[in-house]
Amino acid sequence: MKKVFASIGGFFSKNVKSPLKKAFVKIGEFYIEKIDPILSKIWHALTHNFMIRFTHSHLILFSFIKIKITNKRREATLGYMFILIWIIGYLVFSLYPVFYSLYLSFFKVNLDGSDIVLQWQAFNNFKAAFISDPYFVEILIDYVMNTLFNVPVVIVFALIIAMLINQDIRGKGFWRTVFFLPVIISSGPIIGELINQGATTLPSIANYDIINLILENVGEFISDPIQNLLETILLVLWFSGIQILILLAGLQKIDKAIYEASMIDGASPWESFWKITLPSILPLISVSIVYTVVSMSVFSLNPVIIYIKDIMTGRSTVGTLTTGFGYSSALAWIYFLVMVVIILVFVGVINIRKGSRR
Amino acid sequence: MKLFKNTRAFFKDVTALIKEKDYKQVGVRVKRIFVGMKFTDGLLYKILIYSLLISLGYIYLYPVLYMITNSLMTVEDIISPTVNWIPTKFNWQNYAIVWKNLETTIIDGQPFIVTYPRALLDAMYLSIVPALSATVSSAIIGYGFARFNFPLKKLLFVLMIMTFIIPPQVTMLPTFRMYSQYNLLGSLRAFVYPAILGQGLNGAIFILIFYQFFRMIPKSLEESAQLDGASNLQIFFRIALPLAIPSIIIVFLFSMVWYYNETYVSGLFLTSQDPFPVTLPLKTLPIRINAFINDYVSVYPEGSFERQLMQAVKLAGNVLTLLPLLIIYFIFQRHFVESIDRTGITGE
Repeated sequence: MKKVFASIGGFFSKNVKSPLKKAFVKIGEFYIEKIDPILSKIWHALTHNFMIRFTHSHLILFSFIKIKITNKRREATLGYMFILIWIIGYLVFSLYPVFYSLYLSFFKVNLDGSDIVLQWQAFNNFKAAFISDPYFVEILIDYVMNTLFNVPVVIVFALIIAMLINQDIRGKGFWRTVFFLPVIISSGPIIGELINQGATTLPSIANYDIINLILENVGEFISDPIQNLLETILLVLWFSGIQILILLAGLQKIDKAIYEASMIDGASPWESFWKITLPSILPLISVSIVYTVVSMSVFSLNPVIIYIKDIMTGRSTVGTLTTGFGYSSALAWIYFLVMVVIILVFVGVINIRKGSRR
Repeated sequence: MKLFKNTRAFFKDVTALIKEKDYKQVGVRVKRIFVGMKFTDGLLYKILIYSLLISLGYIYLYPVLYMITNSLMTVEDIISPTVNWIPTKFNWQNYAIVWKNLETTIIDGQPFIVTYPRALLDAMYLSIVPALSATVSSAIIGYGFARFNFPLKKLLFVLMIMTFIIPPQVTMLPTFRMYSQYNLLGSLRAFVYPAILGQGLNGAIFILIFYQFFRMIPKSLEESAQLDGASNLQIFFRIALPLAIPSIIIVFLFSMVWYYNETYVSGLFLTSQDPFPVTLPLKTLPIRINAFINDYVSVYPEGSFERQLMQAVKLAGNVLTLLPLLIIYFIFQRHFVESIDRTGITGE
């Protein structure tokens, strides 16, 4: 404790130039001369009493519990001290809602004024989602198909853009500014407004005959997501803000000398992309896949999210059982599990390829 | 200039070669210019790169440009098929409507007009304070995870990432109930307390950024400080934190942008229970402008002609929502972009 204050005091007493800093130095000197001795005495009293006593190698509690201070134990204590605020926060803010919503998903919840009346339903809520709910499964399958198609598109585009920015180009600052715009815009409600205005679709794409030809000749199962993708391609690209940042940072970490060496050995840029660039940023690709799936899934205009929200607020009523918070939290948990499965599938695919190459 | 010189030298060479009727050499020269040699990029390659950049950049710039130009149009311009991008005259009226009167409420028995600057002040307060607390807490937590080994570390780490993956909708009702029990609703505390305990908006990402960064700092740096007699806290404050300034900037900016744009949590937790407020209830700018747009537009029936005409005002509202962020972004753009390279955002 003493050392903390001493360090703050010492911090101010270095590199004096401006009057402000001089004032701080005065404060620092005052602290070191006047306050610090008092504090150190208090600290001494706190650490050398009958309850807690520090000797050179032992911590003695109540004069009879002796704990040997090893380096490992000291490190663990320090680590816990640093993350203590997170543990407290987790216990206070995060743990209870997660488990309570899981708990609620087994009940029928009636809001009676501010009171909550629970009715045990066992797994009925989960069953109802798959059996008696006419919309949920359909929406969920749509979501899964769209995600499976959109995530690779986002990743590929993010990779292309990251590689473009990483090139030796003119006006790097300008291009970077443009390509990081999504970070600002897509996290807000503006993106919804842009969708309404039709600013996120390319109207001309659907008019090309060749695309229609392709769409007509493959099965509906594949052509629907493709058509969806073409309609929302701009929107999909707007999700690639952070991924560009992540991949760019990864690309810049690759040693340039590796490329030069491979070039001298006669590798073409195409080969060096597959053999050098891609393997070295694979871990980052899986990080950005996780990020993409999560950000797309919790996006407030996602149809599943809208459906769950509607059921929660009672705007859409399906039967008697399927209204209210209990059912919606069951749906939300199903949704969460589907999300985890999608993430695992993507990360698994990436890692299988990685394994076979080695 | 260099390009110009190169081109001139190229034409000189080629004309000389043509005079000597050495067409094979001409072919080699031309190929060299277009395809490039090893270690230099050819012209074709450059054209490809710039055309890709321009077309992809257009995708991102298009909505922004669309918003700005359309918000400046008069009613005639919006209807007119001949006016597409550039309005015939700049119509600042749309902005004036949004600027002057965003919301009229009754506070302390008096009618109170919320202007745009007032709303912006609220929004800045609502985003900067939580962002600062999130930055401080995630730096400390990230350092703890990165530098020390302790039992259950892996489990805690997984739990931390779980908090990011679980959609907020899953935990909406219990969180709301909990916040009302803690008496946090309707005030800034609903944002600041979770943020300062590392549970704020996307808190896990910020902790991850700091975690990655602090792991990159060589341990020998800290060991030498330890040998010189520095305590662990001194090492953290005087070695680790000054090195982490790029990460701090990134985390603060990200956090601020996310809090500013936030409509989900704020829509839920900032709703004041008091029907007769004494002070102006806090609201984020996007929520306020959305409400304004809805009020303003709903005067006219759905699908009516007049409603279409309100588009410009709507877009003006959106531009005003985005404007503060864009300004901050352009000021900090250099830090934002350059420090990415040095922050551990990569998460390997």
